[in-house]
Amino acid sequence: MSAIDVDTLIQDFPLLSAAPEDGRRLIYLDSANTSQKPFHVIEAMDRFLRESYGPINRSAYRLAAAATDAYEGARHRVARFINAASADEIVFTRNATDALNLFAQSWSRAHLRRGDVVVLSHMEHHANIVPWQMMHDEIGIELRWIPLTDDGQLDLADLDDLLDGASVLAVTAMSNVLGTINPVTELCTRARAAGAITMVDACQSVPHGPTDVQAWGADLCAFSSHKMLGPTGLGVLWGRAEILEALPPMIGGGNMIDDVRLDGYSCAPVPTRFEAGTGQLVEAVGLNAAIDYLDTLGMDRVRDHERELTRYAIDALTAAFGDDITIHGPSDPDLRGGVLSFAFRDLHPHDVSQILDEYRVCVRAGHHCAKPLMRILEANATVRASLYIYNSPDDIDVLVEALSSAGDIFGF
Amino acid sequence: MPGLEDLYREIILDHYKNPRNRGQLEVPPAVRADGHNPLCGDEITVYVELDGDRVARVAIDGQGCSISQSSASMMSQAMTGRTTDEARALLHRFKHMMSIADHDHSDEPGEEVPLGDLEALQGVVKFPVRIKCAVLAWNTLAQALDSAAS
Repeated sequence: MSAIDVDTLIQDFPLLSAAPEDGRRLIYLDSANTSQKPFHVIEAMDRFLRESYGPINRSAYRLAAAATDAYEGARHRVARFINAASADEIVFTRNATDALNLFAQSWSRAHLRRGDVVVLSHMEHHANIVPWQMMHDEIGIELRWIPLTDDGQLDLADLDDLLDGASVLAVTAMSNVLGTINPVTELCTRARAAGAITMVDACQSVPHGPTDVQAWGADLCAFSSHKMLGPTGLGVLWGRAEILEALPPMIGGGNMIDDVRLDGYSCAPVPTRFEAGTGQLVEAVGLNAAIDYLDTLGMDRVRDHERELTRYAIDALTAAFGDDITIHGPSDPDLRGGVLSFAFRDLHPHDVSQILDEYRVCVRAGHHCAKPLMRILEANATVRASLYIYNSPDDIDVLVEALSSAGDIFGF
Repeated sequence: MPGLEDLYREIILDHYKNPRNRGQLEVPPAVRADGHNPLCGDEITVYVELDGDRVARVAIDGQGCSISQSSASMMSQAMTGRTTDEARALLHRFKHMMSIADHDHSDEPGEEVPLGDLEALQGVVKFPVRIKCAVLAWNTLAQALDSAAS
């Protein structure tokens, strides 16, 4: 298996291969936030809009049938990419947050009662915390939390106690702050043994390595198109057929119905019943192209590339700054993805990010929508550099150069 | 880096590294107000103690980036000893310099209250995402003055 050739690959990304400004090319280290797009995706959407655009699931003419085929084709493509048992298990949502809310809210209202237990972890994104807190307020469900070890992994020592009597385990496959890759298969197996169903927040994992939801033994997962080279405005909820059959839809309207009378309605089959209104047709075409691009690269190669680049980055940052830099999360690249949150000397992350921007290095500064975790790290904010297929050791070298300059400006 | 020199002036870095009037004041007689920037997590507490109509003491607590901290430090110095009317006039001038519409005032701010060292923060305007950092302490001070008046 050959390594990814970034110099060649980057030519596929218009923003990343654009002419330098002031002698500096764009160095994009914010892919955990959102990814850049290859022209394959841009052109697939453009071509579809120019040549094949029409309504889905509505009309009998050929253009409409072709548009419907494109939308449903994307659903099949997503199913194959994550090894879902059937395309009917793929629900298109507005984004991953929408998918997580659909499950948390609709499942809780239909199946959970006061005192029922949902287990989360301390490293969850707000999107997998707040919907459950809303259900705590509304229904009275109890929330339990898996704590973390000192090096930022899930502390599973008391997992069986936490899962005892639990109805749901909702946990991230990979932390968007620490980079920690969680043992999803083990978590799902133990949850199942305890009688709990599992929702996996896969936003940070699906774009960056092979995904097999059946091998996980999960019941549901959620992820977003825009973090995996696809367009914004589209998320995915995967759920095992019997779970989706038991999940009431949350939004009513056109498309999601089987029949409507003055005295009531009946729902369309799964997954259409969750897709009220006109769906994200153009975005689905874009996601399809993004998955084709990733599969052509090979998800094993994507994972290998990012693991080796993460290793390079940790080594380079540590060699350059020693104790002046604290990189959160596991130090072993085998246990983590390419998300590097760090504290640099006493500099505030906003100041670091501002100075890095002068080098055209894009990093995120802030709480990364994980404020409970930030409190555990005792940080109001961190700098986060996150890697993807189009990043190279050269990018890391410029990051090191820019960080040195930040230290110089502040004279720390 | 010419752009950055406008932002990170020496006087700003000095106030960041050696913040003036750091700490807390007893409430009462002082009033306190809390401000935070939900985007970056910066938190600030401003204490104001009035002597009649005059700002006798200002204290700043909390943490944040160099711009929010230095702006708070410079503000605490600039406000001390002013009447509340002068304090509000300076607030108005500062927000005008930061290109922020001040709904309490439709008029252009007068020049009777000099900005002094605060002019060093003018470079922030070139970095729009940082304007919120620079005005955090000022908006919090305005809350403190409002609660002192009520």
